[in-house]
Amino acid sequence: MPLLGLLPWRAWAALLSQLLRPPCASCTGAVRCQSQGTRDLSPQHMVVREKILDLVISCFKRHGAKGMDTPAFELKEILTEKYGEDSGLMYDLKDQGGELLSLRYDLTVPFARYLAMNKVKKMKRYHVGKVWRRESPTIVQGRYREFCQCDFDIAGQFDPMIPDAECLKIMCEILSGLQLGDFLIKVNDRRIVDGMFAACGVPESKFRAICSSIDKLDKMAWKDVRHEMVAKKGLAPEVADRIGDYVQCHGGVSLVEQMFQDPRLSQNKQALEGLGDLKLLFEYLTLFGIAEKISFDLSLARGLDYYTGVIYEAVLLQTPTQAGEEPLNVGSVAAGGRYDGLVGMFDPKGHKVPCVGLSIGVERIFYIVEQRMKTKGEKVRTTETQVFVATPQKNFLQERLKLITELWDAGIKAEMLYKNNPKLLTQLHYCESTGIPLVVIIGEQELKEGVIKIRSVASREEVAIKRENLVAEIQNRLSES
Amino acid sequence: MAERAALEELVKLQGERVRGLKQQKASAELIEEEVGKLLKLKAQLGPDESKQKFVLKTPKGTRDYSPRQMAVREKVFDVIIRCFKRHGAEVIDTPVFELKETLMGKYGEDSKLIYDLKDQGGELLSLRYDLTVPFARYLAMNKLTNIKRYHIAKVYRRDNPAMTRGRYREFYQCDFDIAGNFDPMIPDAECLKIMCEILSSLQIGDFLVKVNDRRILDGMFAICGVSDSKFRTICSSVDKLDKVSWEEVKNEMAVLLQTPAQAGEEPLGVGSVAAGGRYDGLVGMFDPKGRKVPCVGLSIGVERIFSIVEQRLEALEEKVRTTETQVLVASAQKKLLEERLKLVSELWDAGIKAELLYKKNPKLLNQLQYCEEAGIPLVAIIGEQELKDGVIKLRSVTSREEQEDLKTAQNRDFNFYYGYFIDYYWQKWPDTTPFTYKALGA
Repeated sequence: MPLLGLLPWRAWAALLSQLLRPPCASCTGAVRCQSQGTRDLSPQHMVVREKILDLVISCFKRHGAKGMDTPAFELKEILTEKYGEDSGLMYDLKDQGGELLSLRYDLTVPFARYLAMNKVKKMKRYHVGKVWRRESPTIVQGRYREFCQCDFDIAGQFDPMIPDAECLKIMCEILSGLQLGDFLIKVNDRRIVDGMFAACGVPESKFRAICSSIDKLDKMAWKDVRHEMVAKKGLAPEVADRIGDYVQCHGGVSLVEQMFQDPRLSQNKQALEGLGDLKLLFEYLTLFGIAEKISFDLSLARGLDYYTGVIYEAVLLQTPTQAGEEPLNVGSVAAGGRYDGLVGMFDPKGHKVPCVGLSIGVERIFYIVEQRMKTKGEKVRTTETQVFVATPQKNFLQERLKLITELWDAGIKAEMLYKNNPKLLTQLHYCESTGIPLVVIIGEQELKEGVIKIRSVASREEVAIKRENLVAEIQNRLSES
Repeated sequence: MAERAALEELVKLQGERVRGLKQQKASAELIEEEVGKLLKLKAQLGPDESKQKFVLKTPKGTRDYSPRQMAVREKVFDVIIRCFKRHGAEVIDTPVFELKETLMGKYGEDSKLIYDLKDQGGELLSLRYDLTVPFARYLAMNKLTNIKRYHIAKVYRRDNPAMTRGRYREFYQCDFDIAGNFDPMIPDAECLKIMCEILSSLQIGDFLVKVNDRRILDGMFAICGVSDSKFRTICSSVDKLDKVSWEEVKNEMAVLLQTPAQAGEEPLGVGSVAAGGRYDGLVGMFDPKGRKVPCVGLSIGVERIFSIVEQRLEALEEKVRTTETQVLVASAQKKLLEERLKLVSELWDAGIKAELLYKKNPKLLNQLQYCEEAGIPLVAIIGEQELKDGVIKLRSVTSREEQEDLKTAQNRDFNFYYGYFIDYYWQKWPDTTPFTYKALGA
């Protein structure tokens, strides 16, 4: 699904920069080590990331989506087809005598290109990948130029609102599964927004301008937004007031019913279509058991250019706070909608393939989870090693190598120190600092008796096991814990 | 026609107006308004059938991964990552581009194959050519003296792709490296052990790992009378396969011996599928004080492995599932959409992989056909009579006679209930395993 025009995550603000490593001391002077707006992901970052992506992808798979991947760059002309006026934010590749290329800006345009190119009429796919945007670093500190997106889309002509409802169900499953706290999904429809503007008397030429003002309602109070529309965008005050009556409304399916009866909206054909679809949507959402998480919100208006129907955005209700800090306003954590016209822009004959989809704002979620772990002082293991192979004596390297090979060959995750004669204490410290739960110890005594000692790092309890039973014993212990 | 030409002219003029306003840094509101007008005009223009605006393709040397290819790729990565983790490696990631100066001077004559980013007023950037230089940069930048890490990511090289042999301009590398000062050859040996474990687990055929040492090579050239200035040239001609091309590298290469030709199958091309070695001087090139961190590592040429596995599958005509769906929720009669939505939602909430057709009143036959095409093993059928009786039919798609009636109980724990039955019938009807490529093993 398209993430359009102005980015949704603009509200990250300066607090995100806390997560960035301080500039390394060795890179003093004018020479930078790393390009602006990008960062390496350390093992600690990666563990958090992998857990979250695992959860997201399992959910996509649970709903029968196929995986897909596209190249990091596309022909420039394909990307500018959609982004035309916004292409200033794209990374271009240097003209080195071949095709003109640019790094992909999102995962939706590549998807539309894939569908048109392969003449696919129906597809339910997910795509997790990086995208690149040349954001001005002065606008929002901490916004990265390279970031990960998780998209899920259903392309194809189907009976109305069933796929749309499934997208919302997926968003709920993911956000619940991540346990980020209470959340809400705002829902609206492009036709209701347009219909509302028309019914209130907004001139068509001002639709976009007014739209972006309405978009600011999640950060600005109504009176400030109204002021902007009237004083700066030349909207007639009474028109602004009429809009005001609507955009402050939000509620459940009863609000949909109410709007059907609204004297102005009910005269507008577009708005009625949108309301009809939302009514059906709510029926399905109720059957999916998620209706109470969904709010029909008439102020949801942003990035509407390519959406043609329902639009939605998920926000966390309780903003995570750090002790003594300002509450972190991370904005939306997922968004999406229906966009029936995009594939047609790429298809040579203009054949349309209706699409509906969602994008999970994983970078924001990573940030929230990382902050949370910091507050709680949680430490995360960066390896999965289960057993450490140690020896108290010198000249036992060979035995360790043989033993560890047995463990590896049995599929057990094992490590040893790359030292000929390590001290036992050093080896045990290594286990403690990396969180390895079990140690197997071999020394002269054990060799004579044909046993191996298994020690629990946490409890320090030791027991001698016959060499032949070692692998089975370890597997038992690991499956129990 | 004339109308269209006139409209195109208007679009062009309006486009110029917008660009002009942006250059003058006019007010955002004004720009928005004019852009709005432009988009409206463009919308009126609509799709132009007479001229194809552009060619729909991926850039030269790159490809999309279809769902089928993704399924293969996922399985291969799974085997590889499991092995890396088994050996206690951490994982990192780095950005797709580096400062141009970071990559300069590291790849010898291959430097002309680097993709540069356009100078757009910021820093000069290039797409990473491999994962080793970024790793050395990471170590130096973070002042790390020892780490055991793996990194799986795409790298970019502007060479002339021989696509049939699995070489592209954008391709995956799987690197494993051990950095640090340790007692000799232990980490080196572990790297070779890892290579062997991975190539065995992938079951792509017999293999051999060739080993040499840069110092032996240099010594050999010296003895044979090769002048210093010709060392590198001779080296390149000796080495036909991918190598790391900076100073202190010792070579180890893994080669597929031969893949046995199966009935009707073309013998597959042989080539290297993994390579690596020790490189003690690289990190020192980044460290401002020239501090060295000895490194040894390996790189798995997964693209070649994907090719081999895909060709194998085609030859064997094995069907690869592109989804993992376990159950399709179907209806036997009309007007049962509500029931299907409720049931599929319960299955999802219980963690079961389930789908339904996006049709209000689908025919049962179509739903069963969908299962067969997608390889979905089980179908849960809701019918009017069954609803009254309080049961749902759970049927095996492949052997249609086998089915069970599951009682739907109001007060039971559905999570356990359905999960249990789905698992039970999964075991009972074993032909329904989701991924049919058996050769990849555990």
